[in-house]
Amino acid sequence: MATILAVDDSASMRQMVTFTLKGAGYDVQEASDGSEALSIAKTRKFDLVLTDVNMPVMDGIELVTELRKLGDYKFVPVLMLTTESAGDKKMAGKQAGATGWIVKPFNPEQLLNTIKKVLG
Amino acid sequence: MSIDLSQFHQVFFEESFEGLDIMESSLLALDLTEVDAETINTIFRAAHSIKGGAGTFGFMQVSGFTHVVETLLDEIRAGDRGIEQDHVDLFLQCVDCLRGLMSDLQAGSEPDMTQADDLKSKFEAILAGGEVVAESAIDTQTGNQDISDGSTDDSGEKGWKIEFIPCEDVLCTGNEPYRMFRELQELAEEGEGNGLEVIPHLERLPELSSMHPEMCYISWTIIVRADIELSEIEEIFEWVVDDCDIRYQRLSECDLSTLETHQAVESSAEVTDIVVIDNADTEQEEINTVPLKTPVISEKIEKALEESAVKIAPKVEKKAVTKAAENTSIRVSIDKIDGLINMVGELVITQSMLGQLGQEFDVSRLQSLQEGLSQLEQNTRELQESVMKIRMLPISFAFSRFPRLVRDLSKQLDKEVELVMLGENTELDKTVMEKIGDPLVHLVRNSLDHGLESVQERTDNGKSRAGTITLNAYHHGGNIVIEVKDDGAGLNKERIRKKAIEKGIIAEDEHLTDSQVYDLIFQAGFSTADVVSDVSGRGVGMDVVRRNIAELNGSIDVSSKDGEGSTFSIRLPLTLAILDGQLVRVGEEVYIFPLVSIVESIQLEKSMLNNITGNQFVMQLRNEYVPIVSLQDIFNIDGEKKDLEGAMLVVVEGDTEKVGIVVDELLGQQQVVIKSLEQNYEKVDSISGATILGDGTVALIVDISGLNNKSSENKSEDQTQAA
Repeated sequence: MATILAVDDSASMRQMVTFTLKGAGYDVQEASDGSEALSIAKTRKFDLVLTDVNMPVMDGIELVTELRKLGDYKFVPVLMLTTESAGDKKMAGKQAGATGWIVKPFNPEQLLNTIKKVLG
Repeated sequence: MSIDLSQFHQVFFEESFEGLDIMESSLLALDLTEVDAETINTIFRAAHSIKGGAGTFGFMQVSGFTHVVETLLDEIRAGDRGIEQDHVDLFLQCVDCLRGLMSDLQAGSEPDMTQADDLKSKFEAILAGGEVVAESAIDTQTGNQDISDGSTDDSGEKGWKIEFIPCEDVLCTGNEPYRMFRELQELAEEGEGNGLEVIPHLERLPELSSMHPEMCYISWTIIVRADIELSEIEEIFEWVVDDCDIRYQRLSECDLSTLETHQAVESSAEVTDIVVIDNADTEQEEINTVPLKTPVISEKIEKALEESAVKIAPKVEKKAVTKAAENTSIRVSIDKIDGLINMVGELVITQSMLGQLGQEFDVSRLQSLQEGLSQLEQNTRELQESVMKIRMLPISFAFSRFPRLVRDLSKQLDKEVELVMLGENTELDKTVMEKIGDPLVHLVRNSLDHGLESVQERTDNGKSRAGTITLNAYHHGGNIVIEVKDDGAGLNKERIRKKAIEKGIIAEDEHLTDSQVYDLIFQAGFSTADVVSDVSGRGVGMDVVRRNIAELNGSIDVSSKDGEGSTFSIRLPLTLAILDGQLVRVGEEVYIFPLVSIVESIQLEKSMLNNITGNQFVMQLRNEYVPIVSLQDIFNIDGEKKDLEGAMLVVVEGDTEKVGIVVDELLGQQQVVIKSLEQNYEKVDSISGATILGDGTVALIVDISGLNNKSSENKSEDQTQAA
């Protein structure tokens, strides 16, 4: 089954995302900020990265930028969890190389649908 | 698939409360003359997370309210707006309000939105001041809608022709065109005559030598034959619309015989304005995106603001906060858990070693047995320490609320106050920490309200304008001491006396020492405030404070100096569960002294002894005189009375004084698990608890401070008798 790296500084969101994705059979690993995610990503290749944007230490946009520099992650889909009000963030994310976004608040079904679309 | 989101609520509440704490402390730390971007960012992030979580977990009231807060913060963060003192005050009120809402939700009750709505309208007023961008580009929006609305026209073939010219680096964002085709395929799957046709165009393909393998040079014309709305297609291309050239045309409106790109461009000229962003020209892209995006945001803000249009409800007295189920979880770092697992591993190894030894034991292997047992002892102790460590938190958790409290109170009372906090890293058991919060708040309020003088009074007396309140925590012996100190006027002994006589607590001619006078303020129903103020209650406080602290096996006392201020000191045990004890025998009984309170053990010599009065002895220990008490007397233990000379003496230090305790024999030292006498039997003077020894017998744990008091009582009784 596909592997997913879920990045969010909020423990409740992380739990919800992980629970949902694991329930659907994905292999999920968590990270609580960008830099943790980056070091995990360097040890293992994931099929998809799902990241929050606003995080301490390293935010989601910087994470995408850094990921795209890694050979393994050049074409891997990276989805950002963002709020509808953060239009400029979407643009910044896109420019950094993010694949797309999932708008918060979202429910588990919406999350799964989007992930399924991307992973096929 | 449906997932019960309520299972994540507890974690959400916990992290939200943490987020609110962070917001509050960051707001308080904010220096308005030189605003630190990272601080603003931190505040924004906290609000943002709360909003996101609240929306996801279905707390729409909270996310709606947080939205306006976040919007203002975002404007400040982006530099569109300066931050003013009013804003800080307002944000702080929001923190309080959100705490209330969260507590209500956590307790499962419907939150009271009166205050939130009130605050929301204030935010709206601020936000409205800077909102000019909105109107201008609305027509683009409506223009956009026109296309999809027009789809009701059912003449001709149903479906869409899509020109999809991806930007060259589309693959580098992880956007695989194939995914979009697949999704379009799904849309067009069902129904007769439906289908998908994808025609690739290779005109953009460069010479092989200049071709970059990671770039996408192919573009496509896609014919979707299905009765679908444009919005459904747009959704599929949502992530790439900003940097790819995409044009939509109704099949009924185009001539399918020529699938030439340039023609399609011409025929859909009006549409391009709205949907197409020319990627070839980046400048153009910026110009296009800005007006396209901004109205969307500002419109949403406006909408949210409208939705929240204030209904000014009659001001209701805030209902008593429903006490939510106390936090039952604890956050533990992975390191601590790993350490624990490691130790359990070692314990298991020792256990299996001992097990093996037991099966084939003979006397020759006695030494291995002893080694094994000492190994076991070490493992057990380490394990126990690690478990205790998990419960320990730095006292900053309890202190963190004070900067805010002091700030608000000093404003309210019109006093200038500086708060100093020391020893914030001193660790304390979580349970003790949770219970000490309220008494501490009470003491700080009290010091601020009654302790510190007004600015006028202070300057008149030659003191600095600003008073200082110091919170200090440190370890002393086996206790943690928390001090609340002010540099105010000090306790007024005369007034306390007068009040106590008035209230009938003491008799008019009663002679009291200073500390006895100070002690009066802890009596029930005692209040010295001339005017009952909102701030420190109505004189129901100090006795409750003392009782709460006593419940934690702690004590509180106060010292004070006229004109220089007062200090309240709380002593608390580090933990309520385990104690390092010294076992002693008196007659047939075994007692336990807390090891930390033992100064030394000596054998009495005649030269050290002094008889002051009657049967009260003191001994000279180096330069100090230490009173001697006999457990045999205090606990009325049968047995022959021994001569003090040559007796075994344990010198202990209680609150402040040393006492020598006569015992018959010193036994071993060991850790004991404290069992409460109060809960299982009743409170006994000079005994703090009981424990069960290895042989199954019960031993009582001596309360050294209690014993000290008792010995000084005895002393004064003796003195009165002697007089």
